[in-house]
Amino acid sequence: MLDLSYEAPAPKVIQGATGDWELVIGLEVHAQVASKAKVFSGASTQFGAEPNSNVSFVDAGMPGMLPVINEGCVAQTVRTGLGLKAAINLHSAFDRKNYFYPDQPAGYQISQLYHPLVGEGEVLVELGNGTARRVRIERIHLEQDAGKSIHDMDPTMSFVDLNRAGVALMEIVSRPDIRSPEEAAAYILKLRQIMRYLGTCDGDMQNGNLRADVNVSVCRPGDYEKYAESGDFSHLGTRCEIKNMNSTRFIQAAIEVEARRQIAILEDGGQIVQETRGFDPDKGETRSQRSKEEAHDYRYFPDPDLLPLEIEQAWVDDIASALPELPDAKKARLMEAFGLSDYDAGVLTAEVENAAYFEQVVSGGTKRDGKTAANWVINELFGRLKRDGDKAITESPVSPDQLGGIVELIGKGDISGKIAKDLFEIVYTEGGDPAQIVEERGMRQVTDTGAIETAVDEVIAANPAQVEKAKQNPKLAGWFVGQVMKATGGKANPAAVNQIVSAKLGL
Amino acid sequence: MTLPDLSSLTIATAREGLRAKDFTAQELTEGFLALQEGAGALNAVVHATPEIARAQAEAADARLAEGAAPDLCGIPLGIKDLFCTKGVPSQAASRILEGFKPEYESTVTSQLFADGAVMLGKLNMDEFAMGSSNETSTYGPVVNPWRKNRDLTAGGSSGGSAAAVAAGLCLGATGTDTGGSIRQPASFTGITGIKPTYGRISRWGIIAFASSLDQAGPMTRDVRDAAIMLRAMCGADPKDSTSADLPVPDFEAALTGDIRGKVIGIPREYRMDGMPEEIEALWAEGRRMLQEAGAEVRDISLPHTKYALPAYYVIAPAEASSNLARYDGVRFGRRAALGQGEDITAMYEKTRAEGFGAEVQRRVMVGTYVLSAGFYDAYYNKARKVRTLIKRDFEQVFADGVDAILTPTAPSAAFGLGDMADADPVQMYLNDVFTVTVNLAGLPGISVPAGLDRQGLPLGLQLIGKPWEEAELLDTAYSLERAAGFVARPDKWW
Repeated sequence: MLDLSYEAPAPKVIQGATGDWELVIGLEVHAQVASKAKVFSGASTQFGAEPNSNVSFVDAGMPGMLPVINEGCVAQTVRTGLGLKAAINLHSAFDRKNYFYPDQPAGYQISQLYHPLVGEGEVLVELGNGTARRVRIERIHLEQDAGKSIHDMDPTMSFVDLNRAGVALMEIVSRPDIRSPEEAAAYILKLRQIMRYLGTCDGDMQNGNLRADVNVSVCRPGDYEKYAESGDFSHLGTRCEIKNMNSTRFIQAAIEVEARRQIAILEDGGQIVQETRGFDPDKGETRSQRSKEEAHDYRYFPDPDLLPLEIEQAWVDDIASALPELPDAKKARLMEAFGLSDYDAGVLTAEVENAAYFEQVVSGGTKRDGKTAANWVINELFGRLKRDGDKAITESPVSPDQLGGIVELIGKGDISGKIAKDLFEIVYTEGGDPAQIVEERGMRQVTDTGAIETAVDEVIAANPAQVEKAKQNPKLAGWFVGQVMKATGGKANPAAVNQIVSAKLGL
Repeated sequence: MTLPDLSSLTIATAREGLRAKDFTAQELTEGFLALQEGAGALNAVVHATPEIARAQAEAADARLAEGAAPDLCGIPLGIKDLFCTKGVPSQAASRILEGFKPEYESTVTSQLFADGAVMLGKLNMDEFAMGSSNETSTYGPVVNPWRKNRDLTAGGSSGGSAAAVAAGLCLGATGTDTGGSIRQPASFTGITGIKPTYGRISRWGIIAFASSLDQAGPMTRDVRDAAIMLRAMCGADPKDSTSADLPVPDFEAALTGDIRGKVIGIPREYRMDGMPEEIEALWAEGRRMLQEAGAEVRDISLPHTKYALPAYYVIAPAEASSNLARYDGVRFGRRAALGQGEDITAMYEKTRAEGFGAEVQRRVMVGTYVLSAGFYDAYYNKARKVRTLIKRDFEQVFADGVDAILTPTAPSAAFGLGDMADADPVQMYLNDVFTVTVNLAGLPGISVPAGLDRQGLPLGLQLIGKPWEEAELLDTAYSLERAAGFVARPDKWW
């Protein structure tokens, strides 16, 4: 694996009236566990089902019902922890977080306050230009989601859909290591990427299976370093928590406006009140939801219905040994094995499906050049899919094997780059085996120098004036190459044409 | 075929009668249904289920005719209202569960029915099993079949179960015991009741009071019946994470009555100031009887006993406050009528204020308080630590060679209904003083009727056993039962 050494980026600085301010950000990311069944009831987690159709007696909080832990959800959380290089706690336990709300049927949420399943880990968040932030993970705990309250269907009534009640969530809590809105967005996308590689969270933010609570505070330059050295939070400002964000764009906007709000208060001689706030994207402001004084007292206590969760190191080891290659490692390997640029490797590994596609393109056949393949996936395929109604790579009409065939034909010199584009379009719209199409439609590149020489001779003979000019200005040789390519229907090998044109013109 | 005197039948003798074809399950069921119908004055049965009983009895007869039927096949039982029974009101004797008929069957009743048992009806209890006199029930108090000039409590919370068994309205009943709710009413009504080791019986489908303490058990006329019924109720249940995956022994086969060489401990901390002389005398008598039966009796110490009751009344309400949060009027049960413009908070407050009785409200508030920020460590966490110490007390005693511990079951005989109406609630909580330690430590405990007080009211003795050693505990209880020779029955007045 390549040594990925990065510089830490500079924190975002906001200039206030009284001097510079820096941002300090910590995130609590709620990631829905990829699982067919809920975490304590075994009911289905299928998205988009009829309201209240995926609800067991346990999910509905019926009298006498008891939760039973879904081992698969535990495994997914352990897998996520391992993917974030985190400590796995062999002993953890579930606690009840008590509060009344109609979409919380039992009157409490089963969570893990005192003994989370996953301990400290870290994530490398790349930010371009050779910079990256190491964000420490404090913990990951496993908990259940609430249902959904619907208040806008009827003027006098509210409705409750319990399909989501009891679905497993991983709450991934970061340290306050994030220093700008861009880093916050990149951090979430990195978590999403890792979890999608692991198959532990679908990461579909629009459907709410990745949400974040964002803690924001501001401090003076130098204060953060004091905190980092001592671990003493008093060097940092009072934080506010912006709840339930499910768009990286809004998260960035919310952090920015919240930081500016806090700075304005502080510069006015005021104090920040620790509280929960909500972001209104239409008005571009955060608003107080509840202050610390009126915060819920959740009365956490160990859930007596569930025994402490004891897992064995051997089981964790089995999960660890079966982990897929993760984005950082894959990117490094692609750069090393195929000589890809940091940027190309980054694009190809951004989504697990892209990486898988690319690797299949280069895996078969012979002479499938990695750089060429990367170029074709990133430029031709992605561009074509985008024009085709923004299709996902998984919906691509061109399979990796087909694209691999095209790359192979290029590598062997059978077709030129230009022909390859035509071939790609044929394969995209009509399908078929690229090699066969090339044969059937006579698209094979002419590498027969005799044929090319003839073509060059003909062009030279027909354009004596140009020949003279080219002899004065060798750059005009390109014009002859173009004419020859035109005459041969693009099938001539451009390198060979170049060479012969230069020779015949005596350049 | 003629029915024998039902009041003298036991599960064991009825089992033989059914097999000998002296009577059928249907005849037996009809007999008990008639008795139940005539016993309205006891207020023990809150929902009679004659149709279910008849159908089950008919099926039981078919099974008996085929031979090789389980022990409980055709045996009429009563079911505490705390057990969810499919399609039958299951209200935990609370107004807040008005109209609630579960669409599922508790594991315990499923197992009993699978063995062919017949459900005669649902039995009265203290609301959500919170109480020691059955006076917190929304159905009104159970009246003890033992009556001395005035109405007495049958104890609680399983008062309906105790009264029904004592009055001969069924051959056995299910009970649940969080702090003594099987054993104290058993003592008050002259019957046998066992709370097995925590985890022996699935809690799935039993309306929860305090999850870490709740445990179901049988309430029967004698120890043999308790052994028979307990076996049918026990077993690992994948739907209850706290149920133990252990084999269930044949408890009845373990009844030898031979306790020679066994070591019985008498804990000195259970001798309390102001304990009635009669209780003291009964306890001494129990000691003598076990000694005579060949056991070695020794004085032991359980030093943290005095902290048990306060710890219990922190832990149980804490869990209850959370367990009862689901009764909010949103999905099932009773919802308060709301005025124009009243919001969800008003709905919660009114529903719970109208739906829960005073004792339940008191415990929900105590529990909420002890779990709240700033008090958690001082109350709940402290109580958990006390619980660990109490458990260790028992472990030490058992490690020192003690096989079982003998104590009184309750500090008095049945008291009058209404006697405690104006008393400090703590006076009522003192009823649990000898029994809560067993729940806190998760141990098996059994109450065996051992004598009558001066008024002629029954008194029970409690035996506490080692975890998972119900078979041995039942055997010791069997020996005590034989030595005590308790045969008294209440005179029928209802």
